[in-house]
Amino acid sequence: MPLIYRPAVLALLSISLFLALWYALASYLNTPTLPTPLVVVNVLLDEISTGQLPHHLGKTLYRLFISFSIAMLLGCAIGILLGRHKPLDYFFDNWLVIFLNIPALVTIILCYVWFGLNEVAAILAVVINKLPNVIVTIREGTRALDVELLDMAQCYRFSKSKTLRHVIWPQLHPFVMAATRSGLALIWKIVLVVEMLGRSDGMGYQLHLFFQLFDVASILAYTVAFVTLIQGIELLILKPLDKQAQRWRR
Amino acid sequence: MSKLAIQVIDKSYINPADKTTKQVIKDLEINLGNNEFVCLVGPSGCGKTTLLNILAGLDTRFTGSIELDPQHLKPKVGYVFQNPRLLPWRTVQENIELASHAKPEILALLLENMGLTAEKDSFPEHLSLGMSRRVSIIRAFATDPDLLLMDEPFVSLDPPTARQVRQLLIDLWSKRPHKVLYVTHDLREAIALADRLIFLDTRPMSVITEVTVTIPRKDRNKEIKIEQFRQQLFIDYPEITKLL
Repeated sequence: MPLIYRPAVLALLSISLFLALWYALASYLNTPTLPTPLVVVNVLLDEISTGQLPHHLGKTLYRLFISFSIAMLLGCAIGILLGRHKPLDYFFDNWLVIFLNIPALVTIILCYVWFGLNEVAAILAVVINKLPNVIVTIREGTRALDVELLDMAQCYRFSKSKTLRHVIWPQLHPFVMAATRSGLALIWKIVLVVEMLGRSDGMGYQLHLFFQLFDVASILAYTVAFVTLIQGIELLILKPLDKQAQRWRR
Repeated sequence: MSKLAIQVIDKSYINPADKTTKQVIKDLEINLGNNEFVCLVGPSGCGKTTLLNILAGLDTRFTGSIELDPQHLKPKVGYVFQNPRLLPWRTVQENIELASHAKPEILALLLENMGLTAEKDSFPEHLSLGMSRRVSIIRAFATDPDLLLMDEPFVSLDPPTARQVRQLLIDLWSKRPHKVLYVTHDLREAIALADRLIFLDTRPMSVITEVTVTIPRKDRNKEIKIEQFRQQLFIDYPEITKLL
């Protein structure tokens, strides 16, 4: 295969093209509202060296991690329960539909109004936004469970935990990964809004500040840092997990 | 030394479409002696799988009892399903170990007997159907069950493979005898395997007749003996012709 067709080379070429286009456009327009990549990188390095960016990014990541973990754990448990028990599912289906359709902003505002402008309210708001998606995804996965394998487990007297670990969980894995990916993408957007509306630190707060100052270079610097981080999570954590779990496939 | 007494007085389904009740099994009584290999022979759709699910404890909505005598215990069941039903994300060895608590040396021996030692760390999707069937047979034997159920385990295998796995099964069973209930609609296969044949009528399922297979075990691989026995069956029991 010619060097140029290698995936890594192609990826490098495409990112270079993206940066070149950005640079060309920014140079041509020559306006503070669209800084060149070089300016953005300079701001990024500055913000890192002052400790500002790591501090706020850390706060956001911390909220992301806590709310994501709660939403996934709770969502998986409820999803499996609803998927396995029809009457429960029929009963709570309406609740799910309601929660799925409440706009994120409404949940956030209500949480702050009812529970105050504090950390718990912020995290609760994110969890409530994410939870219904996880439940629906896992419920679908649970409904699609292979009855024949469940019968086999029952016939050979598998314990409940053995059935969950060896029969149910591997079948749910693709659904959990789907919920994780879509969840990560959804949650970090919501976390920013939550921070913007009612916290005095974190990415969202900082972006709000830069918006008032019309400081586009800083906004882009924070964005670059964040996108890089999320991609890092995908490449370093999610992909290896996927590979590990899929190794039995042909 | 124990016997197994199976009594299914009534097993009915309610058809959800028109709310009518359909009786699948009626007054069925089967007794299994110690280490007896019994073949249930009947037409497809006569409710054999329903019966096996009852025996395996998967279906509890029936009237009757299944008891080991004289202890009055529920039998521990090893089930060789029509499809192998292996967990695709666990290796051959893990699949067997999860279902049984067999000692490693027993497991190794079973794998060797079934010619699967080299495959013990493979995932089921990498195995042929014949191999998967053998794994599911090992799994059932490894649990050292009171009753082995087999639901047409060699259907959809090509004839040479089916013959080979059948021979492996009989060899294994001779070394580790258990009570076996083997469901099939292939009379030749039944004669080759069983100590006793039970012919089942359909809708509702009940016993028509029982026949002891008198061919010595060492002659069971001779086609001609099987064929003679089969011909004689049709003469002695004309009522079974309509089943096959």
